[in-house]
Amino acid sequence: MSFLEIRGVSKSFGQNTVVSDFSLDVAKGEFVSFLGPSGCGKTTMLRMIAGFETPSAGRIVIDGEDVTALAPNRRRIGMVFQAYALFPNLSVADNVAFGLKVAGRSKPQISARVEEMLTLIGLPHLGDRYPYQLSGGQQQRVALARALAPSPRVLLLDEPLSALDAKIRLSLREEIRALQRELGITTIFVTHDQEEALSMSDRIVVMSEGRIEQCDAPFAIYNRPRSRFVAGFVGTLSRVEGIVAPDRSVTVEGCPIILAEPPRAAAGTPLTLALRPEAMRLEPSADRINRLVAIVEDAHFLGSVVRLKLNVAGGTVLADTFNRPTTPPPARGAWVDLHFSPADVFALEADEATSSKTAEPA
Amino acid sequence: MKASRTGPAVIVLLGALYFVLPLVATFEFSLSMLRSIWSFEAYRVVFADPQFRTTFSFSVIAALATIVLGALLVVPTAYWVRLRFAKLRPLVEFITLLPLVIPPIVLVFGYIRLYNSSSWLPFTNSAGGTNLLLVFGYVVLSLPYMFRAVDTGMAAIDIRTLTEAAESLGAKRSTILFRVILPNVRAAVLSGAFLTFAIVIGEFVLASLLNRPAFGPYLALIGANRAYEPAALAMIAFAITWACMGLLQVFASGPPGRPRSGRSLFKLARRAAR
Repeated sequence: MSFLEIRGVSKSFGQNTVVSDFSLDVAKGEFVSFLGPSGCGKTTMLRMIAGFETPSAGRIVIDGEDVTALAPNRRRIGMVFQAYALFPNLSVADNVAFGLKVAGRSKPQISARVEEMLTLIGLPHLGDRYPYQLSGGQQQRVALARALAPSPRVLLLDEPLSALDAKIRLSLREEIRALQRELGITTIFVTHDQEEALSMSDRIVVMSEGRIEQCDAPFAIYNRPRSRFVAGFVGTLSRVEGIVAPDRSVTVEGCPIILAEPPRAAAGTPLTLALRPEAMRLEPSADRINRLVAIVEDAHFLGSVVRLKLNVAGGTVLADTFNRPTTPPPARGAWVDLHFSPADVFALEADEATSSKTAEPA
Repeated sequence: MKASRTGPAVIVLLGALYFVLPLVATFEFSLSMLRSIWSFEAYRVVFADPQFRTTFSFSVIAALATIVLGALLVVPTAYWVRLRFAKLRPLVEFITLLPLVIPPIVLVFGYIRLYNSSSWLPFTNSAGGTNLLLVFGYVVLSLPYMFRAVDTGMAAIDIRTLTEAAESLGAKRSTILFRVILPNVRAAVLSGAFLTFAIVIGEFVLASLLNRPAFGPYLALIGANRAYEPAALAMIAFAITWACMGLLQVFASGPPGRPRSGRSLFKLARRAAR
C-alpha cells in the first residue's frame, strides 16, 4: 500500500490551470523528484501536499488519512524552502527546537532531540549561532534539521539547493540523500535541475504544463523517455533531419541510419532523429553500425570530456567523447565520422519535433 | 575650488540658523529667570510644580497605552494585509494616512458626538471612559507612523515563507504572529513606538477637548500665564523628542534578526544569575 497517495489532483487559479489530473503513489521511504521547467506546476503540486494551496479537484492521502482539507499545521509534514526560511530572531538550536516546542514536548526531550539533529547534520557546535552567522549551505542544513526534528510523516523539499553555489550543491545533495536513506523518510523533492533529480531519486516525475509526462526510475527516464518532451528536457538531445527510405531506414545526407525501432511513417516522409551526445563515437565498433559525416564547428575541452559541436546536414549535433592523452581533439573545420548504434537513435513524432523548444542543447 | 564651496556653506549656515537660533534664544531665555545671572531656576520651578508631574506622567501612561494598543492593532493588520490581502494594501495605506489629512479637531468632535453621555456608548460619562477614548484617538493619530514603520519592517523579511515554515512545523496563526513575526519586526514596532511617544507627549487638541489632564494642555496653560517656565518646558519637550529620535536611530538601524546588544547583555546577566 502506498504511503502518500495523490488522486486526480487539479489546481486552477482563475482561468489558468496549473496542475491537471495529477495522480501518484509514493511508497514509504521513497525519494521522488518532481522535475520540470519553471511554470510546469511542480511547486504548486508540492504546496498542495504541504497544504499551502487547496486542490481544485482530487484528494491527497497521507498514511491512510485524507489530508486534502487539513490545515498545513496539522499535516505533520516537514518542509525545506529554497530561501532557507530560518527564523532570523532564533538561534540555530531554537530554530531546530521550534517544531518540538509547538508540539509541546518536554524541555529535556527537546534539548536531546535538538542535539541529535545537529549532530546528524554535522553542525553540533553551532547551536548558539544565529542564522545570519552561517553560510548558505549551513543554513540549509539547519533548515533540514528543523524540518526533520518533529519526525514528520513526509519531507517536502522545494528546490532546496538552487540558492547554493555549485560545490556545496553537490555535497549537500549527497548528504540529503544519505540522511533520507538513514531515516527512511518519504521525501518529495522539487527541482528544475535534471542532474539533481537523476542522481538523488528513486523515481522521477517529469512534469510539463501541469501534467505528468513520465514517472519512472532515473535510468528509465533517461534511457527510455516516453515523450519527446522528456527526451528533450532530461539530458541533452541533438536533432537531425532525414527522410524515411523504402527499407525503413532513415537517410541523412545520403547516409542510411538504422533505428532499433523502425519508423512507422511511409517511405519518402521527412523525419527528425534524436541523438544523445554521449552515444556518439568518432571510431567505429562492431555494434556502432550507423555513420554520419560531420564538420567540426567547435571543440570544448572540459577535462575528462571533450564536447564537440558538429554540423550534420545543416543541423547541430553534439558529441561527448572521453579525453585520451594520445588523441588530441579534432581541429575546427575538420571532417569526422560519427558512429553510433541503432539503440542510440530514435525518431521524433513530427508535431513534437516542431512544437517543442526544449530540445536546444544546454 | 574654494569659491564654489562658499555658496553651499552659506546656505547650510542660514538653514542651521533658521533652526538653531530660536532654540538657542529659547534656551537662553529659559535660563534668565533670576535677574542678571544665568540659572536653572525656571526648570526648578517647573519640576517642583506638582501639576507638571501629574500631567507628564498622565501623558506618559497614555503614550504607553497608545503604543501597546497601536501595536496590537497594526502588527496583525499589516501582517494579514501582506500575507492574504495584498490587493487591499493601497486601501489600507490610504486609511492609515487619513489622520494626516483630517484635523484632530474633526476627529474629537466626531468622538464627542458619537460617545457623549446620552449616546448608545457613553464613553465620556466617566473619567476612565474618556481616558480610553483619548487613547483610541491617539492610536488613530499615530496610525500613519505606526503602520508605515511596521509595514516597512515586514517588507524587509520574507513573512510569507517564514509563515509557511512555521505552519509546516505545526504552529498556529497566533503562535506564528507572536513567536515569529513580532520578534522579527520588533525594531520597526519600536521605531513606530518612539514616533507615537513623541506625538502623544505634546498632543493638545484631543486632550483639551476631552478635558483630560494631559501634558499638552498644561503646556498651553503655562505658556499663556507664565514667562520663563514655558521656555524651560519647551526645552524639556525638545529633549524628550530628541531622546526618542536617538533611540529610534539606535533600535531601527540594525538589520532584522540580529540580537541587539541590550538583549544579549540581558541574556548574559540572566545566565550569570543562574
